[in-house]
Amino acid sequence: MSILIDETKRVLIQGITGREGMSRAKLMMEYGTKVVAGCTPGKGGEEVLGVPVFDTVEEAVKESGGIDVSVIFVPAPIVKNAALEAIEAGVKLLVLVPDRVPIYDVLEISRKAKEYGAQFLGPNTLGVLSPGKGVLGMIGGRAKAAREWFKPGSVGVASRSGGMTSSLAYYLSKSGIGLSTIVHVGGDAVVGLPHPAIIKLFEQDPETRAVVMFGEIGTSQEEMVADLIQNREFTKPLIAYIGGRAAKKGTRFSHAGAIVEGNSGTWEGKVKRLREVGAHVVENFNDIPAETLELLGHF
Amino acid sequence: MLLKENGIPIPEGKAAHSPEEVQQIAAEMNQPVVIKAQAWTTSRLAKGLIQFAETPAEAFQKARELFGKSVNNFPVEVLLVEKRLKIEREFYGGVIINDAAKAPEIIFSSKGGSGIEEIALKYPDRVGRMKIDVVEGLKDYHARNLIRRTGIHGSEQGKLADMLVKLWKVARKYEARTAEINPMVITSEGQFLAADCRITVDDYAVFRHPELGIEIAREFDHPPTPLDKIAYAAEKNDFRGTFYFIQLEQGFKKGEGFIGFHGAGGGGSMMSMDAVQKRGFKIANFTDTSGNPPASKVYRAAKILLSQKNIDGYFGSGSGVASQEQVNSARGLVKAFREDKLGVPAVIRLGGNMEDEAVDILTRYTADLPVKVEGYKKDDPADFCAERLEALIAEHKTQQVRYPENGLTAGHLPADAKKPYEFKTLTGRVLFDHALCAECKNPVCVSACGPQILKLESGKPVLAISEAEAAKGKCTECLACELECYFHGNKGAYVELPVPGLEEYRTRVN
Ligand code: SF4
Ligand code: SF4
Repeated sequence: MSILIDETKRVLIQGITGREGMSRAKLMMEYGTKVVAGCTPGKGGEEVLGVPVFDTVEEAVKESGGIDVSVIFVPAPIVKNAALEAIEAGVKLLVLVPDRVPIYDVLEISRKAKEYGAQFLGPNTLGVLSPGKGVLGMIGGRAKAAREWFKPGSVGVASRSGGMTSSLAYYLSKSGIGLSTIVHVGGDAVVGLPHPAIIKLFEQDPETRAVVMFGEIGTSQEEMVADLIQNREFTKPLIAYIGGRAAKKGTRFSHAGAIVEGNSGTWEGKVKRLREVGAHVVENFNDIPAETLELLGHF
Repeated sequence: MLLKENGIPIPEGKAAHSPEEVQQIAAEMNQPVVIKAQAWTTSRLAKGLIQFAETPAEAFQKARELFGKSVNNFPVEVLLVEKRLKIEREFYGGVIINDAAKAPEIIFSSKGGSGIEEIALKYPDRVGRMKIDVVEGLKDYHARNLIRRTGIHGSEQGKLADMLVKLWKVARKYEARTAEINPMVITSEGQFLAADCRITVDDYAVFRHPELGIEIAREFDHPPTPLDKIAYAAEKNDFRGTFYFIQLEQGFKKGEGFIGFHGAGGGGSMMSMDAVQKRGFKIANFTDTSGNPPASKVYRAAKILLSQKNIDGYFGSGSGVASQEQVNSARGLVKAFREDKLGVPAVIRLGGNMEDEAVDILTRYTADLPVKVEGYKKDDPADFCAERLEALIAEHKTQQVRYPENGLTAGHLPADAKKPYEFKTLTGRVLFDHALCAECKNPVCVSACGPQILKLESGKPVLAISEAEAAKGKCTECLACELECYFHGNKGAYVELPVPGLEEYRTRVN
């Protein structure tokens, strides 16, 4: 098994007729993702890469025989609208790829998602990939590269940094460690499925035996993961790396999530909390594969 | 000002730019005043940036001292002069975004003054917090309940609640990541005022608030530099990928080991900066181009980065295994390096999608430059690349950099064109000099164009689609036509991508 995406999930792409939407749709399909419909208002009736395009999500859901996931590739200012539309049409999982979605828009999406029992990954996410099964978003870029880089197996990967998601997965695969699912939780301060939510999904996935987490300074995500371990809601081995040790207080390094405000979300605080509950915090990024191999040997 | 416009009373005050002005304002107020330095920092009181004066003469003195100060290397230029309040009681009110709950939260404390973290530690029972439904908003009875829980009753309760509801409205209206009034005060005359406040607007939402007149929406620990502003303006309306630039250091000299840093993606960038710092270098700036940016964006980023005087090297490195198409980054860098007569060694880690092609473009098309440019791939760690940069910089010290008079620009500048044919792109224009094209034996521009929007018409390249389509983004500004033409055609192609204000900036600092 895997989490969030596999070869059976029926996928809708909102914004399929745009530059990003179209090229990413192609890559997803080439990798094995079942893209069954696209949606762009005003372009209903067209086809992109053999996939029918609909004017509204409601229509796409009805006409395509059901949608499990919608991946959203529309400009940041209209992400909220697209997401609310998908949630109200009954789609239960959304992937919000765009960067720079205003935070109050994210809060509104979150509220609506709660109301409808839906979940969303992102915003500002590269997406999620289950090796050999399917990909949502843009992890790995080209399908051929993604097949070469990421090998299937039993270690879950979750990361707050987009670039590091692929790097981590690549270096693990290269060391012979297969992966169940690779998730980029998104770089913003407020995201739909932060680390603790993903960690819970990995707990429930029988195929996943251990999880490698790339954390960062800022937000309370890593601290909440520590709470999960403490409460025995997460019982598998966790290997963690926390980035941003050298960052200056108050200055943002590129993404909104990685900012230290006051005394919460510091590097020291996160490392301490995770170690207290028995997580394996690795200080040198290059040591992650070796540490993971060793841990897997013990379990 | 925002507070006042939205019905929250604030102390009477005026801004001043000189000690004389401060004295005059104090004289007009005819009572004790508070003088506050307008600076980019918190805890101004503790840092001595807030002063009190009994008389206009004392105000003059204190203002003179304050104008002499600087905060994080930026001189104090504006002082705010306010009537000194006779404070009876202080409170704290704030709106923050709770990332765990994914909801805004209102915080109130019946103690005010110092930072809320401190108050919460010392007097936990005097602090109340409550989540706000982002659509429903904060109702008056929510606010009264919250205030009641911190032990406040009577008419004060209602007046403070009113202020909190207004604070929430300001926060929501301007999309604030945080909005704090600290302290909220009751004066001895029984007035309720917001004595000091701090609002941080969500930088992703600034585009919706032209009324705020925010020039640059980024979180800094210093006011934006002229280059920061140029970079921000260049990025503002281009939603393809991300470009982020901040100067971390200024005023350094050649040979002090400052590196121009160009990352891709936050996490990988932080690791890469660590790698250069470990070798004893210092980071002059932080730049990030990621999210699959077009070549034009990488090009502009590189040009802005290279406008920093006295850097000793150029280091490009992100996560090492990027999902973005690295050929675009390579082309953007090549064009910038050639046009700007790159004068320092550059090491670029281009690992990820299409890395082989990307490194090939980067190294082959910079081979004729008088400085070294090296490109690396996903199996080359950041530490190794930093080591290479160190070696190249050491080697470079003994070298003379000489460029031919006209530089090694890829393509011809539009001014020289004899028979220009041009079309607009999303952020610039593509120009073919049909006089040169007529003599061209190898019209590679057409086959090099990724989205295939060019065709030959009587031997010369023209658009195969409408001008409107090209201008709307069908031309992806990939720069392939210009570079391939320069090396394999007849140097008739040029892609012009202006960076407003950059030329003026360069002439000014040089
Ligand atoms: S390669 Fe250059 S010179 Fe040759 S036709 Fe194309 S633009 Fe003109
Ligand atoms: S015309 Fe074609 S090759 Fe030239 S920049 Fe535009 S898309 Fe690229």
